[in-house]
Amino acid sequence: MASAPGPDPPGDSSEDERPKWDNKLQYLLSCVGFAVGLGNIWRFPYLCQSHGGGAFLIPYLIALAFEGIPLFHIELAIGQRLRRGSVGVWKAISPYLGGVGLGCFTASFLISLYYNTVLTWVLWYLLNSFQHPLPWSTCPLNLNQTGFVEECQGSSSVSYFWYRQTLNITADIDYSGSIQWRLLVCLAACWAVLYLCVIRGIESTGKVIYFTALFPYLVLTIFLIRGLTLPGATEGLIYLFTPNMQTLQSPRVWLDAATQIFFSLSLAFGGHIALASYNPPRNDCEKDAVTIALINSMTSLYASIAVFSVLGFKAANDYGHCLDRNILSLTNEFDFPDQSISRDEYAAVLTHLNATQPERLAGLHLESCRLQDFLDKSASGTGLAFIVFTEAILHMPGAPAWAVLFFSMLFTLGLSSMFGNIEGVITPLLDMGVLPRWVPKEILTGTVCLLCFLVATCFTLQSGNYWLEVFDKYAASLNLIIFAFFEVIGVVYVYGMERFCDDIEWMTGRRPGLYWRVTWKVISPLLLLTIFVAYIIYQVWTALSMAENSQYKQFPSRQEKSYPGWVQAICGLLSFLPALLVPGVAMAQLPIWRRRKQKRGGQPDMENRPREPMASPGPKDRPSSREE
Amino acid sequence: MWWLLFFLVTAIRAELCQPDAENAFKVRLSIRTALGDKAVSGEPAKEYRINKVVFLWSVKISPNRRTRKISHVLLCNITQRVSFWFVVTDPTKNYTLPADEIQSAIRMNRNRINSAFSLNDQTLEFLKIPSTLAPPTDPSVPIWIIIFGVVFCIVIVAITLLVLSGIRQRRRKNKEPSEVDDTEDKSENTITIENGIPCDPLDTKGWHINDTFMTEDERLTPL
Repeated sequence: MASAPGPDPPGDSSEDERPKWDNKLQYLLSCVGFAVGLGNIWRFPYLCQSHGGGAFLIPYLIALAFEGIPLFHIELAIGQRLRRGSVGVWKAISPYLGGVGLGCFTASFLISLYYNTVLTWVLWYLLNSFQHPLPWSTCPLNLNQTGFVEECQGSSSVSYFWYRQTLNITADIDYSGSIQWRLLVCLAACWAVLYLCVIRGIESTGKVIYFTALFPYLVLTIFLIRGLTLPGATEGLIYLFTPNMQTLQSPRVWLDAATQIFFSLSLAFGGHIALASYNPPRNDCEKDAVTIALINSMTSLYASIAVFSVLGFKAANDYGHCLDRNILSLTNEFDFPDQSISRDEYAAVLTHLNATQPERLAGLHLESCRLQDFLDKSASGTGLAFIVFTEAILHMPGAPAWAVLFFSMLFTLGLSSMFGNIEGVITPLLDMGVLPRWVPKEILTGTVCLLCFLVATCFTLQSGNYWLEVFDKYAASLNLIIFAFFEVIGVVYVYGMERFCDDIEWMTGRRPGLYWRVTWKVISPLLLLTIFVAYIIYQVWTALSMAENSQYKQFPSRQEKSYPGWVQAICGLLSFLPALLVPGVAMAQLPIWRRRKQKRGGQPDMENRPREPMASPGPKDRPSSREE
Repeated sequence: MWWLLFFLVTAIRAELCQPDAENAFKVRLSIRTALGDKAVSGEPAKEYRINKVVFLWSVKISPNRRTRKISHVLLCNITQRVSFWFVVTDPTKNYTLPADEIQSAIRMNRNRINSAFSLNDQTLEFLKIPSTLAPPTDPSVPIWIIIFGVVFCIVIVAITLLVLSGIRQRRRKNKEPSEVDDTEDKSENTITIENGIPCDPLDTKGWHINDTFMTEDERLTPL
């Protein structure tokens, strides 16, 4: 195929040197690893259970079909076609949309900061799991060794280990406290491990991804088998999946389903664009998009079965202990022989006593034991992993082994997601040519990791957990929805639907069908707009409040307080500053374009026109019928 | 016989030993919980055990005094739960020993009392006498630090190896282009001849403009 080289478009001199995946499996595993993260384990089961069980799957699947998969396909397609990271891609589509790329880049950076802090906590727990008995199984003794530390007795040994011995949390976000050196060294280790894996970009992550993407599935299967054989597992599963159609009437459920799909697939981070940019140009991105999205949702379901069978076991266990405590109180008060009342007889004995000696019974202040109450005590997020699940593990025989398995699964899950996050930061930097070409890639990745580590040390303060919640709620929510909206609009209306379909036809060999066109043109933008508006309404409605772990037993007495003013200002900045890059960059382009237009005296400007993506790849990749 | 003596003693000194009396303590035994299936059920077995308890106590409780008679320890209010109240009297059996002495004596000897009956603090409870909890055994170096050290060292070594191999690869690549350049210069000076016709190397003599490329500009749309 003889074709003379035309003037190389800038940046394309590195086209031929662009790293590529060793094989398709590496690419698929990287995308799956990026999409499947901690949220699949500790967010989806909680949402499923609190929003009507099996009924939640309906809004979830609708959101997947009309929002998740179309957006995901767009990201993979443009990344693969334009072969650049997020910043380069949007600059190529239109200079006015460069802000979207920069915004995605900023969002990826902010998310990398706090996501690795969560991994720090996981690593801390993992390191502490190699002992028997586990350190969170008992409270430490008080000074005169007559009992346990008061703080611990007021809540539970598991909560105490999390809030005091791990986080050493202060009462308020105002009081920063000191840096926890234990967390600091674990943070350093996490960033070192991440640097080791991304040191040469996809060359190194491609090797590690086989382990980090597949190991969680192995552990989930082990937990599933173990969980299903535990007593009480069936109650947990029934509770999880019993559909309650009434909940579908609340708009909150639909909003949660849409946001869950959105964040679960890690859309608008720029990471998928980066990963896809290393693909060969002719690759079936449509099949990839559907496959990866389905794998992600299947993993969520799979994980929720494993998680809820263990939680059901825990609830049954707690219920049994509650009954035992009551039985002991009865035995002691009424001097029945030791162990004369079994758990089954308890109810009958209680009614008998209620009839014969109600006053003495009332004086005992027995707890009301209902299995339902224990099943309701679910949690999401860090509460699930570090409090509820760790307590459940304590009751399983061979607890340290299960703890090691569980936390190493969380660590590898989080690590594979971090690969995508960091690629979303590094690939644009490489494409923009921030460092001169003679500087090796190792130095760039090292600088990025070092910088992130230094900034993330603020999360190892005693108030770090509060800051993490702030970042999680505000940096990574509204912005991404805005960017996703502009992504769809940018591709469909600025780049052009027909041109995009031509590109996809060239890449995959078939033209996108009606489903894709309708969702891209109408449904997805509308859906995103609705989510955006609903989100804002919801945020304004619930006052900014600070709560430690809302669903679970309180550690110090938890009060709902609103954030102080300066924290609220930071929340606002985090929410809107990245998004302001979009209009900011667009407006910055305007005078530049006008000046150039005036300079050329009104002649069409070849340089600053929206880059014709068809001309940008090298001669080998030219998509035209004249090829071969 | 013990049984009779028991009742005799308790009948005579009933007023000294009563629930909530001064210097009286309540004891609770959970034999079935402690022994599980091995517990022997039935009345005589329980009484036997209580006697054993009382006897051993009387031996241990009063180290400073000479009294080592079982009759100085009075029991009352024995229930099916197996719980009872007891007081320790002085040799004259007129008054009971102060609560503090008994409390400290029991606290000091708790371990021996427990192990004598293979019971523990939960199955042999002395109400109002807090037990001293055993401190957990802490290794001198916490385990997590050891494992952390191992992992961190491995990571640092691996990073160093990768960086060094990267440097070596780059040095090798830098040497190669200088060799390739030499061969290219040589080929430019030779003209390949095939079938007696010199062939021009295709793209070494500057850019060629392909007309088909130019028409593509029409597809560019102005902003």
